[in-house]
Amino acid sequence: LQESESENKLDGETASDSESKSDFGGLSPVPTSDDTPEVLNRALSNLSSRWKNWWVRGILTLAMITFFFIIIYLGPMVLMTIVMCVQIKCFHEIITIGYNVYHSYDLPWFRTLSWYFLLCVNYFFYGETVTDYFFTLVQREEPLRILSKYHRFISFALYLTGFCMFVLSLVKKHYRLQFYMFGWTHVTLLIVVTQSHLIIHNLFEGMIWFIVPISCVICNDIMAYMFGFFFGRTPLIKLSPKKTWEGFIGGFFSTVLFGLLLSYVMSGYRCFTCPVEFNNDTNSFTVDCEPSELFQLQEYNIPVVLQSVVGWKTVRMYPFQIHSIALSTFASLIGPFGGFFASGFKRAFKIKDFANTIPGHGGIMDRFDCQYLMATFVNVYIASFIRGPNPSKLIQQFLTLRPDQQLHIFNTLKAHLVDRGILGSLEDA
Amino acid sequence: MSARRRRRAAAEQEEEEEEEEEAAEAGSDKEVDLEERLRELDLRSDSDIPDVPPPTDSTPEILKRALSGLSARWKNWWIRGILSLAMISGFFLIIYLGSFMLMLLVLSIQVKCYHEIITIGYRVYHSYDLPWFRSLSWYFLLCVNYFFYGETVADYFATFVQRREQLQFLIRYHRFISFALYLTGFCMFVLSLVKKHYRLQFYMFAWTHVTLLITVTQSHLVIQNLFEGMIWFLVPISSVICNDITAYIFGFFFGRTPLIKLSPKKTWEGFIGGFFSTVVFGFIFSYFLAQHQYFVCPVEYNSETNRFVTECEPSELFQMKMYSVPPLLQAVLGWETVNMYPFQMHSFALSTFASLIGPFGGFFASGFKRAFKIKDFADTIPGHGGIMDRFDCQYLMATFVHVYITSFIRGPNPSKLLKQLLILQPEQQLSVYKTLKSHLVEKGILQPSLRG
Repeated sequence: LQESESENKLDGETASDSESKSDFGGLSPVPTSDDTPEVLNRALSNLSSRWKNWWVRGILTLAMITFFFIIIYLGPMVLMTIVMCVQIKCFHEIITIGYNVYHSYDLPWFRTLSWYFLLCVNYFFYGETVTDYFFTLVQREEPLRILSKYHRFISFALYLTGFCMFVLSLVKKHYRLQFYMFGWTHVTLLIVVTQSHLIIHNLFEGMIWFIVPISCVICNDIMAYMFGFFFGRTPLIKLSPKKTWEGFIGGFFSTVLFGLLLSYVMSGYRCFTCPVEFNNDTNSFTVDCEPSELFQLQEYNIPVVLQSVVGWKTVRMYPFQIHSIALSTFASLIGPFGGFFASGFKRAFKIKDFANTIPGHGGIMDRFDCQYLMATFVNVYIASFIRGPNPSKLIQQFLTLRPDQQLHIFNTLKAHLVDRGILGSLEDA
Repeated sequence: MSARRRRRAAAEQEEEEEEEEEAAEAGSDKEVDLEERLRELDLRSDSDIPDVPPPTDSTPEILKRALSGLSARWKNWWIRGILSLAMISGFFLIIYLGSFMLMLLVLSIQVKCYHEIITIGYRVYHSYDLPWFRSLSWYFLLCVNYFFYGETVADYFATFVQRREQLQFLIRYHRFISFALYLTGFCMFVLSLVKKHYRLQFYMFAWTHVTLLITVTQSHLVIQNLFEGMIWFLVPISSVICNDITAYIFGFFFGRTPLIKLSPKKTWEGFIGGFFSTVVFGFIFSYFLAQHQYFVCPVEYNSETNRFVTECEPSELFQMKMYSVPPLLQAVLGWETVNMYPFQMHSFALSTFASLIGPFGGFFASGFKRAFKIKDFADTIPGHGGIMDRFDCQYLMATFVHVYITSFIRGPNPSKLLKQLLILQPEQQLSVYKTLKSHLVEKGILQPSLRG
């Protein structure tokens, strides 16, 4: 009996903070520290705590969505900056949890080293992407050119410096803690930094590839919550007792529908569908191009099954909307696993929220936990199904090869083109 | 019996930990001594570095009998010496057998290192009984290997792959397939989270991923270096081994000043002596290797004979050049010019890194072993410990060589570039073709042919 009691405590969950005790719509979560601004507090003071919480969350949700629209309006550069800030804040939140778990505020050097590693990895990634997109700008400025030519070597040297500093900072009594924090920092970097860079890659592909996935995840969150609130009955997974199958399925269908509608509206505007390019003359980002065939209306035949339901024989859609079905499906079915992972993480380390940055919602990381898997998926999806390699990048790489290699590639390409009939055998430039 | 006791010990420790954390949340203990907080994370008290009991002796019987008459210190020296010679001979044998065997060797070492580190994780967290976890760790290893092998090896086997339809499909959607496989593992992990073991499971998840990051990515860098030319594989590895051995020998005979608290056996004399000997060794060794095409040429896969070939026109790195000796050294050496391979200059950089920074990999591993209070990673090799013990310095070296090659030696990989060109849309291919053609004509590499 003794053992079973102690086994119940093994995972560290005490009865009071276990979510399994609260009903899906019953008790409101116990607020840790009330960050709600005074204004809101006074306005909602006479409502019951359940509705008050609902209103706080609702207002903050609207505020965040409005903010999102504003920065979209402001353009790609601001978006990139915002992504960078979100990344830094998420990193900070997760590292702070690590400090709290391991009580390691006093470890020598460690905070400095964590931020240093963040800087190194960001430098590496930004260098790789910036070099591609700002190629002509980089080639013109001498110091930038050298930095970009030896970029990998410089990044590696910076990282090594951090690594050696870590080894030199190992203190006799704290070895294990220091290794834990080292591992914690690296896993966090892996999750947070690589995926924020994938988001920026997606952004450069065209703002629609950035906006539609993020909106689908947000929509799925909100819709699943609503469906669960009104119709929820069957619990989905033990990890998150508030999630229900009704919410999950309802969220899925609404997200697919929402994705279709949003893509339809956005595909009509060039500023969303064109790849972001850096214009050397004006030194600013432009989104101006001939829309690719993904964004041109086409007639599709409706499968016979749906014809009777919908009543049309053909429908005019953008091909992109078909892709949006894939994106929304992923957002609804697999995206939540990112949320479950974060829930498991919070339970494992006995925290309610990652931080208290957003009143009613918790930390930045709480809002973005499902986004990470999504960003990677969109990037892999684009790389596999949408675009091939970037031709200008290939030409750049070609120009650095040796002459005999260049000749070999040229001849192979020529043979391939002739083979496919794209180039007549005697035809010249 | 012991399992239950282990669980009980773990349960008690967790209970203790939880009580401490609750007290912490009451907000009273910012002043609590750091050591007391540390205690809760360890299963035994973690004060000074204890004298760990000697590991199980896996020396073969025959060696034991042969050396039974010697004192313990010399006996250990002889065992280490014999095993070192055995490993070096094994290494030479595999080099002789060729690139493919080397690739297999690298893969086996990677799997064994991964296994060793994961086993340590299991022991530290007493997580043998965690549901699914062993399968998931091996599954992730498989996924990441699949991803990397698909990216690198597919380039080299391009002609082989073009002939087979199913492989074409796998190559084209490779990233998507790898990602889907990884996601499956991720979802299985989330579904396998069990109420009582959340923290342990997350620890093992992170442990697995960091281990993958260290062992798998770097073993693939080793293989990419190998494909660049066996000399880029042999010289770095030999430099690290030479540095290990000569630093040990210098330390044995002349060692007096300790180098770093982490590894009390290392001395400054050993460090500096090892540095100079490794540079000289690297210099001489590269001289010998640079003469043979077998070592110098990039490894290519010949689709007709279905084997790896190393035949080429040696690049200018491997052609003798006259260098003027700087006046300083002229007085010492007595020569005015010297015939060297340019590669030997690069070998300076490689040996310097192996001697100066490589040991940090060793210190990292020592710190890791002390942190988790283990003497060796495993007992695979008598007298030396586990495979990981031998390879801890190699990992930093492999990454350095790869970065060095991509930054200073070669440009992008031509076959990979070709593969990407062939995936482009026809209009893009045509425009690229025209750009390339005008570039080549401009540089005079291509004669302008008959214009139609």
